[in-house]
Formats: sequence, C-alpha cells, structure tokens
Amino acid sequence: MEALWFCLVAIMLAAYVVLDGFDLGAGIVHFLVARNERQRRMVLRSIGPVWDGNEVWLLAAGGTLYFAFPGLYASSFSGFYLPLMLVLWLLILRGVSIEFRNHIDSPVWKPLWDAGFMLSGGLLAVFFGAALGNVIRGVPLDSSGKFFLPLWTNFRVSGELGVLDWYTLSVGVLAFVALVQHGALWVALKTEEEVSRRAANVAAAAWFAVVVMTVLVTILTMRVQPLVQANLSAHAWGYVFPLLAVGGLLAILGRGHGRRPRMGFLGSCAYLIGMLTSAAFGIFPYVLPARPDPSLGLTIYNTAAGAYGLRVGLWWWIPGMLLALAYFVFTYRHFGGKVRPEGGGY
Amino acid sequence: MLRSRRWCKISIVDALALHRFHFAFTVTYHYLFPQLTMGLALLIVVLKTMGLRTGEDAYHRSARFWARIFAVNFAVGVVTGIPMEFQFGTNWAPFSKAAGGVIGQTLAMEGVFSFFLESTFLGLFLFGERRLGPKGHWWAAFMVFLGSWLSGFFIIATNAWMQHPVGYVIAANGQIALSSFRALMLNPWTLWEYLHNMAGSVVTASFVMASVGAFYLLGGKHKPYARIFVRLGVTAGLVASLLLPLPTGDGQGRNVARWQPATLAAMEGLFETVEGAPLAILGQPDVARKRLDNPLEVPRMLSFLTYQRWMAEVRGLDAFPEDQWPDNIPLLYYSYHIMVGLGTIFIAVMALSAWKLWRGRLFRCRPLLWILMLMLPFPYIANTAGWITAEVGRQPWVVHGLVRTAEGASYNVSAGNAMFTLIGFMGVYGVLSILFLFLVYREIEHGPEPSAPPEELEFAVKR
Repeated sequence: MEALWFCLVAIMLAAYVVLDGFDLGAGIVHFLVARNERQRRMVLRSIGPVWDGNEVWLLAAGGTLYFAFPGLYASSFSGFYLPLMLVLWLLILRGVSIEFRNHIDSPVWKPLWDAGFMLSGGLLAVFFGAALGNVIRGVPLDSSGKFFLPLWTNFRVSGELGVLDWYTLSVGVLAFVALVQHGALWVALKTEEEVSRRAANVAAAAWFAVVVMTVLVTILTMRVQPLVQANLSAHAWGYVFPLLAVGGLLAILGRGHGRRPRMGFLGSCAYLIGMLTSAAFGIFPYVLPARPDPSLGLTIYNTAAGAYGLRVGLWWWIPGMLLALAYFVFTYRHFGGKVRPEGGGY
Repeated sequence: MLRSRRWCKISIVDALALHRFHFAFTVTYHYLFPQLTMGLALLIVVLKTMGLRTGEDAYHRSARFWARIFAVNFAVGVVTGIPMEFQFGTNWAPFSKAAGGVIGQTLAMEGVFSFFLESTFLGLFLFGERRLGPKGHWWAAFMVFLGSWLSGFFIIATNAWMQHPVGYVIAANGQIALSSFRALMLNPWTLWEYLHNMAGSVVTASFVMASVGAFYLLGGKHKPYARIFVRLGVTAGLVASLLLPLPTGDGQGRNVARWQPATLAAMEGLFETVEGAPLAILGQPDVARKRLDNPLEVPRMLSFLTYQRWMAEVRGLDAFPEDQWPDNIPLLYYSYHIMVGLGTIFIAVMALSAWKLWRGRLFRCRPLLWILMLMLPFPYIANTAGWITAEVGRQPWVVHGLVRTAEGASYNVSAGNAMFTLIGFMGVYGVLSILFLFLVYREIEHGPEPSAPPEELEFAVKR
C-alpha cells in the first residue's frame, strides 16, 4: 500500500512538472520569442486558460503527500524551510504577474509584470531542480527524523550541508535548461509564424544544453548517491526510466526543425517524466535519504500514515482524479489548436 | 548553567510565539479574499439566473462587472492560499506528523475535488461567455460556485476535526491515525461551523455589493446597475444576516458549550460557576483578578441561551484547571463580542434597508445609502473576529484535547528564520494589498457599462 501511494504521489508530481513546467518555461523564454505586445500576448494566451489548473497539481500532490506520508511532509517541509518559503513567494509573483498584467494598458505596467513572469519562472525552475537534487543527495537527519538546512554553507557535498551546493546547483541548472526547452517547445506548438519559429530555435539551442547537463548530472548523481547504482544493479528493469528520458531527447531531435511540433513537445514530456521517475526509482524505498548516516533516512515505510487511512484514501482519490482528468481533457480540447493573436482572453 | 537553561526556554517561547503569529498573520490575510469569493460566487449565479429569466442585458452586464472584481479577488485568494497548506509542514511539523494522516485527507480532497473544478470552470466562465452561450455560461458560473463552496467545506471539515477530533485512534508510534472516514466526514462540529461560516461569507459579499451600489447612487452614476446591486445586496444580506444567529450561531454555540466548556466560559467572561448565569454585553475581563470589570449584563440570559433553562448552571472558568484555559482570554472575549455586536448591527441595517426597499423609498433615502456604503469593512472585521474566536478559543490545543499548540511547532526552525519569513510575508502582502485595492478601485471607477464595442467585450472580461 505504501509503495502504491509512493507511485501515485510520484505520478502527481510528474504531472505537475510536465504541466506547470511549460508555464514556467514559457515565462523564461517569452522575452526571447516575443518581440512586441501582440506576440507577447500570444505567448500568454498559450498558457492563459490552463496555468492555474496546472498549478493545482502542486497543491493536490502536496495534499496527497501530506495524508499518505505525514512523517515525510513534516520533516522535509520544516527542514527545507527557507527554500520553500522562497518558492512560495515566487509562486505568488508568478501568479500575480500573469493575472494582473493585462488589467492596465501602460508601457510601465506591462513590462514590469513581464519581468516578474520571467524572473519567477527562471528562479522556480532552478529551485525545483535544486530541491530534487537535495532529495537525491540526502540531508543530515537526526534520530527523530528532523533536520534544518541553511540555504548554503560552503557549496560542498560534505561537512556541513546547505540547500545549495555544486551538486544541487547543477541539478538546478539542468532543470532550468530542461524547462526552457519544454516551454519553448510548448510555445512552438501553440503559436504560429515568427513566434513559433523563434521558439523552435530556442528549443534547438536548449536541446544541446540539456544533453550536456543530463550527462553531467547523471555522472555526478552516481558519485553522490550510491543508492541509485545499487537499485539499478538489483533491478535491471529500472533502466526503462532513463531509457524513456533518452527516447524523449531523441524524439525532440526527430521533430525535424518545427515540422512535427507535437512530437517535439511530447518528447520533452517523456524526457521530464523519464528523469523524474529515474530519480524516484533510484532512491526507492527512501523518500529522503540521510547523510552522513544512511540508516537514519526516511523511507515510505517509516513515514506513511496508518493502513486504514491509506486504504480509504483510494476510495476518493481514484474517482477524484478521474474527474480531474476529465476536466483537463475538456479544457485542453476546448482551448486546443493554435492560439490566435486576436480575440478573447489574455 | 542556570542562565543557559533560562535562555533556552526563552528562545523556545519566542519561536513558538513567532510560529503562531506567522500562521495567524498569513491565514487572517488570506481569509479576507475567500470570504468574498464564496459569497460573490453565489450572488453571481443569482445575477446570471435573473439575466436568463428576464432576458434583461443589465443583469448580464452586472454579472460581468462582478466577475472582473471576482477575478482579481480570486487571484489574490489563490496566491495567498498556497502558503497555508505548506505552512502546516514548514512551521507546524510535529503537529503535521501527528495529525497529517487525518487532516491530510480533507486537505488533499480539497485539492482533488474543488481546486481542479474551480480552476477549470473559472477559465471557462471568464473567457467563454460567447463560446458557451447563455445556458452554458450559467453552468460555468454555477460550477465555480460549487467549487468554491466545496473548498470551504473541506477546510471547515479540517478545522472541525481540530476543534473536535473524531474517528481516530492513537497508533503505537504516537501518531493519530484515521479509524473512520465516515466519522471524519460527518463530524457533528462541521455542520454548524460550515453553515455559520458560509452565511458570514454571503454577508460579506452582500454588503460589498450593496456598498458599491450605494456608492454609485450617491454619486449619481450607473443608476440602473446600482439599483440591481443594492436590491440584491440588501435582500441576500438580510437573509444571510438573519441566518447568522439562528440557527447557525446557536448551533455552533451549543457545540462549544458541549465540547469546549472552558472556551465558552472564557468567551463569555464567566469566571465563576453560577446558576442563572448572566450574559455579558460589555465589560473587560481581568484575568489576574478573575473577574469582569464594568459589566453590563442581561440576568440569567446565558443559562437560557446555553441550556434553555433560566436557572441552569453554567460552568465558569473556575471549574477547569488553569492549564486548560485558553491562553489569551481577553482576545477571545473581545473578538467574540465584536463578532456578535457587529452581527446584530448587520441585522438592524439590513432589516431597515429591506423595509425601505419594500416601500420603494431606499434609493432616495440618502442617509441609509451612506450607511450602506460605509458598512463595507465591517463584515470583514466580523468574519475575522469570528475566526479569531474559533482559533484562540481552541487554545491551548492545536488538536483539542490531543495535541497542545506548544508541542506542535517546528522547533528545528529557529525564531530568527521564522521572523525572516514573517517579515517577508508582511512585505509581500503589503504590496499585494496596494495592488488589489488599486485594481479593484479601477474596476469600480470604470463601472459596469462596457467601454469597448461589443466584439471587444470579451477582451475586457479578463481574469
């Protein structure tokens, strides 16, 4: 039951990264791909009706994590106190930047929120990546399952740890370039003409950065967290996850410079899902490994809620998620196709 | 040695106070927005319904005008709401670890059942009026209403469990585990707390709508719309204000008397157990001397309201050990009395306005329009005071009778770090307030008349 809920939470988090990832990515690249108000509006309109719903995946995943693994929720959220608060402030900035921008037609008001949209998107990408890096690297848990990390110490993966060190920063950079590529591919898919062309160029440049960073982070991860290698050796079927990521990268390459934009975007989705599931598989059954003493790590077993709660949770979770899925299919179909520069909305 | 122990104790007290203030500040600020969202969602459905029934365009335009204000309000509600869920883990980790298996259920259900619903249909409601047609657009408005009221239900169910825990067992590792999902959903505390809270939310929205209408009438602008706003605001406001004391407030009060008797005593400023307890209207509690100064009381009223018998015995604070007294009795007493006092004023104002409206004289009665306009902040104050009553009344527990607040805070987060983020939130929310007031004032200044030609209309209806 614990393993099932681990998978369900992982799926929800992956859905969040794939969906809100393109909102963040679009925010990062919108200055690069849109040169005037009309083009900017096209980029905003490509995410306008969906971004809020995409963000709900973070809340729903957080809530599900809370009730299924309260021990993990308590320990990790209080231990990562400072970076989480920064993430909250950035999420506020991002939401407000999108929502308030078009209320006033002024050459002072709009660029202000455009900058907020870009800044929050870029920093959130780095922070989410660094957060994943922290989970893989492990944190200094004590015997009662508590820890507290400052934002940084000496940027080394030894001694007194900080949230940011060269390993977690490199994962943050990987997340940044991956979401730049993801957002650019989304914009290329949803827009036309110049904007779409420029977005395809950004995605093509980002692709090389993603490949380089993926190789680098993979090598670093093997050195930093021996658990990953051990899990892969013990269960060879786990190679499907990294293979999915590689397949995604190849699909992006195979989109043939903008001729098959849907294949490019789906490839990027596959890449992100492959990377996240590889990480989850790599540290399983841990959800928060400990260092320097690995035996203090939090696993799905020592953080899960009671068996009855987990069982009864399935009774509402499954119909609830089917409903949510139905809304998403409906929304994405309703707002499907290329966005037009004229007409209603953002 | 002594000095260092003393220092350690003080720093823990500081951290606890900061974590408590951190949550109190962020949640108080947050709830300024959902209380309007939920009530306004209902009033927008009413406007859309009247538009469909009468076919008058003024109702549809009114709905569009309030939808614009709803959108700004909703956006601030969303961005200030996300920190609430996270703070359970960041600032209240031991509480989350102990109780997450139970309250995580209702919080996750809020995300799964109401947030997806709300976000999906809000997009359709704000962008899709032309594409959906009048009936489809009514449904979109209704689904937004349903989503926001469901969200309120799950939050109240969570709070109700903290006020009156049911359906749990304490596991061997000390964690509180769910033992009955049915009991959690049907918690007797939830029903009255939910209805009371939603009536309060409708009161806020009604007063806001009536206030904007009165503002237009006094300024001689947008008269046809202003009359719709005042009429709907006063009608809904009267019904909702009347629902506040009976049956919802009464039901809530009886729950408090039954399951949190020490809280009831502190709310009423009753220090001694007596038969035929009086109801204090005014007076200042002096906790050190255990008495109410300058009391203005209605004899035997508290006994009657609580037990429906004039001479019934009501337990005062002396019947409970001091370590179970709410830890801020004056704040609890004042917030409760402010809520009740304002609620009484709401009924009076709305009853008078409704009477004048019925006689067809309200729109010309300038003094009453002035009062309606100036009433705007008071429902917010009353709703906030009500929530302070509930939350301070639950002290010294975070889960009543099970987990003390002092045991629930994250002491691995130092006082300095908690203060850093508290100051950060104050700064961020200060800026948000300015932006919010600025944007809403612009919408009110602009008014319900469309400024753009019809084909551009939807452009203006943006979120």
